[in-house]
Amino acid sequence: MNTAVNIAGVELKNPVMTASGTFGSGQEYGEFVDLNLLGAVVTKGVSNVPWPGNAAPRIAETYGGMINAIGLQNPGIDVFVKRDIPYLRQFDTKIIVNVCGKTTEDYVEVVERLRDEPVDLLEINISCPNVKEGGIAFGQDPKAVEAITREVKRRAKQPIIMKLSPNVTDITEMARAAKDGGADALSLINTLTGMKIDVHRRTFAVANKTGGLSGPAIRPVAVRMVYQTASAVDLPIIGMGGIMTAEDALEFILAGATAVSVGTANFHDPCATVKVIGGIQAYMDRYGVKDIKELVGAVR
Amino acid sequence: MAKEKKTALVKSQECLGTDIFTMWIQAGDMAGEARAGQFISIYSKDGSRLLPRPISICEIRGDVGELRVVYRVAGQGTEEFSAYKAGDTISIMGPLGNGFPNVSDDKKVFLIGGGIGIPPMLQLAKSLNCQKQVILGYRDQVFMDREFEPFGQVYVATEDGSQGIKGNVLDVVKAHGLTADIIMACGPLPMLRALKQYAREMDMECYVSLEEKMACGVGACLACVCRTKDVDHHSNVRNARICKDGPVFLAEEVEL
Repeated sequence: MNTAVNIAGVELKNPVMTASGTFGSGQEYGEFVDLNLLGAVVTKGVSNVPWPGNAAPRIAETYGGMINAIGLQNPGIDVFVKRDIPYLRQFDTKIIVNVCGKTTEDYVEVVERLRDEPVDLLEINISCPNVKEGGIAFGQDPKAVEAITREVKRRAKQPIIMKLSPNVTDITEMARAAKDGGADALSLINTLTGMKIDVHRRTFAVANKTGGLSGPAIRPVAVRMVYQTASAVDLPIIGMGGIMTAEDALEFILAGATAVSVGTANFHDPCATVKVIGGIQAYMDRYGVKDIKELVGAVR
Repeated sequence: MAKEKKTALVKSQECLGTDIFTMWIQAGDMAGEARAGQFISIYSKDGSRLLPRPISICEIRGDVGELRVVYRVAGQGTEEFSAYKAGDTISIMGPLGNGFPNVSDDKKVFLIGGGIGIPPMLQLAKSLNCQKQVILGYRDQVFMDREFEPFGQVYVATEDGSQGIKGNVLDVVKAHGLTADIIMACGPLPMLRALKQYAREMDMECYVSLEEKMACGVGACLACVCRTKDVDHHSNVRNARICKDGPVFLAEEVEL
């Protein structure tokens, strides 16, 4: 049975990775899961300087999901390079660094700092709904998507994955723009902008007022967007959005994703990633699938 | 790899008062590892509620692998837990967080709990060998106060004056002229703020146990942060993770 997949020339032993922001830089979850088993670890977004993030409360549970407005708190690229990359490099897994910024220059600075670091892929976050500048400001206009993709691609040594927002009228437009800008792969979807009101306190459940909705509640939206994007653009797709089980992951793969990310499920079960991997293998066994690539985009 | 979410057994559950429940859990090794001031994550069995509820450990019987939690029903998750009966399964992870530090036997300590912040102070009272004065603050309904009696002098304050001194925990300290070297406290933020201020005036060491909405419970998601006085070594900004770096902090090191 072959579970290996290829994203922009990088071979992953299996298609299962972690969704950025839900897994830190792997260290905390390393106490629960053998990181060697993962296709890749996608790190929490990292910026050129430390970001303090938003005020608390930063999260709220919603039916079948949660809203978060962490605000991309991160220690900055210096600490990340010194502490987090060496930690992850101990494991036989691929490292995908999620990069965030407020300006094009911010993104470029991080990408250039990573040129000589032993990381495999860069995921460019142009879709965080929780920061005022940057983030999603780059992700909702095709011209801006193309421009930032081109600028980052020009400076990056590693292949780049553009992470797309679902908070747009037509995600395929953004996907095409990313491809035109030179993206090597796409990941989708980031969270859907949402709001929860605490009726007892008569205020917003998260301090930022709005936050990103994730979890199984958004999965059908994500599967649809992966399907649409896979049909429209010829780039490898990393699919995500509410994957809790192997069956959920397989939906994305059948819809056209080459790989998948498990995010919110980690909060429900710290071992969710390895359970998804095991479940995919069991599915392949059951249906006599010799190579997982046979499943990618098999439902058309 | 040592840690995982586990299915445990409920040993017993009782109601201690309006919306307050006490539950003993057969938690195996988890109980042996647990310390006063740590918490466990309890997971709902309803798939629509994904996030664990962080609940402080009230008592530990490490030798027989049992943990006790006392919690308030604050929503659908805790309402579900409150219906569990002896023999039911419960999904838990832990112990999590740092717990209270040890105190040398020659010190005098105030153990202060406010409302649903009282439960973790019981295991702390049992664990410390120093001289302890227990001060418990309630809005109206008093619970668990007698359970502290074997471990030190117990003082009660109620906001409505129905039991003990009418007022808050600091009113107790002042009314009885109590003194100590160290404060250890868990409770609502206004109480912790007042204790931090009091400790500063009296030049006492003060440890506070904080709470915040959590998602992962293990330090990865950065949901449950509190502002710190200085740049935190892990986050590299002035935020510490309550679930991982806390929930117990030196009051002077955090902004309340």
